[in-house]
Amino acid sequence: MNPSPTTPLLQISDLKKSFVSPEGDRKAIVDVPEFSLAAGQQLALRGESGSGKTTFLHLIAGILTADAGSIRIGDRDMAALGEPARDRLRASVIGYVFQTFNLLQGYSCLENVLLGMAFGGKTDRAHAITLLTRVGLADRSRHYPRQLSTGQQQRVAVARALAKGPKLVLADEPTGNLDRRNARAALALIRKTCHEHGAALLLVSHDPETLGAFEDVRDFANINLAMQEAVS
Amino acid sequence: MTLALIILRSLRQHALSTLVTALSIALAGGLLMSVWAVKEQSQAVFTHMNSGFDAVLGARGSKLQLVLNAIFHLEASPGNISAADYEFIKRHPAVKRAIPIAVGDNLRGYRIVGTIPELFTDVEYAAGKKFSLSAGRLFDPAEKEAVIGSFVAQELGLGVGDTFHPFHGLIYDERDQHAETYHVTGVLAASNTPIDKVIWIPLHGLQTMSGHDPRAATDVSAVLVQLRSPAAGFMLDLMYNKQGDRLTFAYPIAAIMAGLFQKISWFDQVLSLIAYLVALVSAAGVLVAIYNSMAARRRDIAILRALGAHRRTVCSAIVLEAAAIGALGMIAAFAVYAGIFTIVAAVIRAQTGVMLEPFAYNRVMLWAPLGMIALCALSGLLPAWKAYRTDIAGNLAPLS
Repeated sequence: MNPSPTTPLLQISDLKKSFVSPEGDRKAIVDVPEFSLAAGQQLALRGESGSGKTTFLHLIAGILTADAGSIRIGDRDMAALGEPARDRLRASVIGYVFQTFNLLQGYSCLENVLLGMAFGGKTDRAHAITLLTRVGLADRSRHYPRQLSTGQQQRVAVARALAKGPKLVLADEPTGNLDRRNARAALALIRKTCHEHGAALLLVSHDPETLGAFEDVRDFANINLAMQEAVS
Repeated sequence: MTLALIILRSLRQHALSTLVTALSIALAGGLLMSVWAVKEQSQAVFTHMNSGFDAVLGARGSKLQLVLNAIFHLEASPGNISAADYEFIKRHPAVKRAIPIAVGDNLRGYRIVGTIPELFTDVEYAAGKKFSLSAGRLFDPAEKEAVIGSFVAQELGLGVGDTFHPFHGLIYDERDQHAETYHVTGVLAASNTPIDKVIWIPLHGLQTMSGHDPRAATDVSAVLVQLRSPAAGFMLDLMYNKQGDRLTFAYPIAAIMAGLFQKISWFDQVLSLIAYLVALVSAAGVLVAIYNSMAARRRDIAILRALGAHRRTVCSAIVLEAAAIGALGMIAAFAVYAGIFTIVAAVIRAQTGVMLEPFAYNRVMLWAPLGMIALCALSGLLPAWKAYRTDIAGNLAPLS
């Protein structure tokens, strides 16, 4: 829990990703020369929609493959790994909180949390219940996502993201679909649980109130050169 | 464990489609198994069915007709043979036992056959099994008495002490009633042979029934023969069939019945082909059902992948889900099989007196479920390929 500035948890250099647009020309989305995050650090990135922030998080999570550059997480380079190895690394060290929660509708809350740890190692039912208790949903573990309010759904998603005991939690507009009160509560929960689990938190948002809660806030536009070019 | 959870939840999430496809697998699998089991079992039973005899001696004609008439009580008799011919084969040194029968009357469609009591007292209709009575006693050869097969007793509601008038011919016509009155003195215990659906009366009684030709009063319709050795059969075959031209010696019975099945084997093949096609169509149903639901599953697949599931895990889940539908269907298929088989067996029993055994083991009960599950798994490959190619980032989009 004591972040060591010399050995960052996440170290990105010369990361590039482009897509072929429907018109057929290649469009750069992400161009990050340098970015790092210390273990246990909590950082918010300010970015408008379309700024490439979701793609940036997908690259870190290994959901997308980089065109060039490196994404070092601990001693592994996500950008250099084959797909099965990326899946394993994502399954074991990265928790992901989505704007749309992305809970599995056919599974109970408890099962959603269990699936959060299933692919990285062993499932631990007692730990899953502990997590649900910590997010205040001990009595909802057998409920299905559709039976919960949006605020409760996001709390399940937070419990799921933390289930594997990740070193890094990526949160993509986690409060975007919540009302003000629930947004505040969800954000506090994410920050608190990340802190308690010793996980670093990288959050992207365009919401001033969400960003205002962080000590460390950086403009994604200053990190991602691809968008600077697009603007100019 | 996780894989099992994913499969179970997916089956439940698409419960209606799971149910309908499993049901179609059940019907197809049940049909396949019953076609096979009925075919194999009836072929085995009918080719081995001989009521304890090795051969039939009858009028010149078709051996198959002789066997069907004398052993199965299905065909008309090709004609009569004289008392002298019966006496000759009875005393032949190669013959162990000869039982004459006379046919030509019926009671409401059930055949009345004349014979001698030795059929019931001396003959083993299967290894170690003799005919026995479940009630009453055997007929007295000199009286107008009858012993009835268990199936007839059950179907016509006849029992010991009842009386009836025989009707002329093999096909029931109420205008052809004979004047004689017969008393039922005994009911045979079920032997699950064609004997069960016959009303047995003394040979003399049938020969001399009012209205039958008095000149043929000592003739018999056929003689059921037990031989001392297989060689004796070939010797008599040579004597009656090759050298003689008055009589036909039907031997060996199993080969004659096997010949019948061979002649209608194209029918078996058509039935099997239909069963195979139905199985294929039902497996295609699994493919279509899962494939059509892939659009709805894409988001779940993307979420599972985002949680760290491998491509091959989400693929296996689809293939195994298809196999699970096959397995569920095949469990239910045994109920369908039992239903179809029971109906078919009842029809065969009513037509021939032969009882098939629905729960007898047949290899089809092993290979049909395994084959069907494999076929379903195979049909899961195409949707699994779609799952394999699911783009994670593109499908983590908003819910609605």
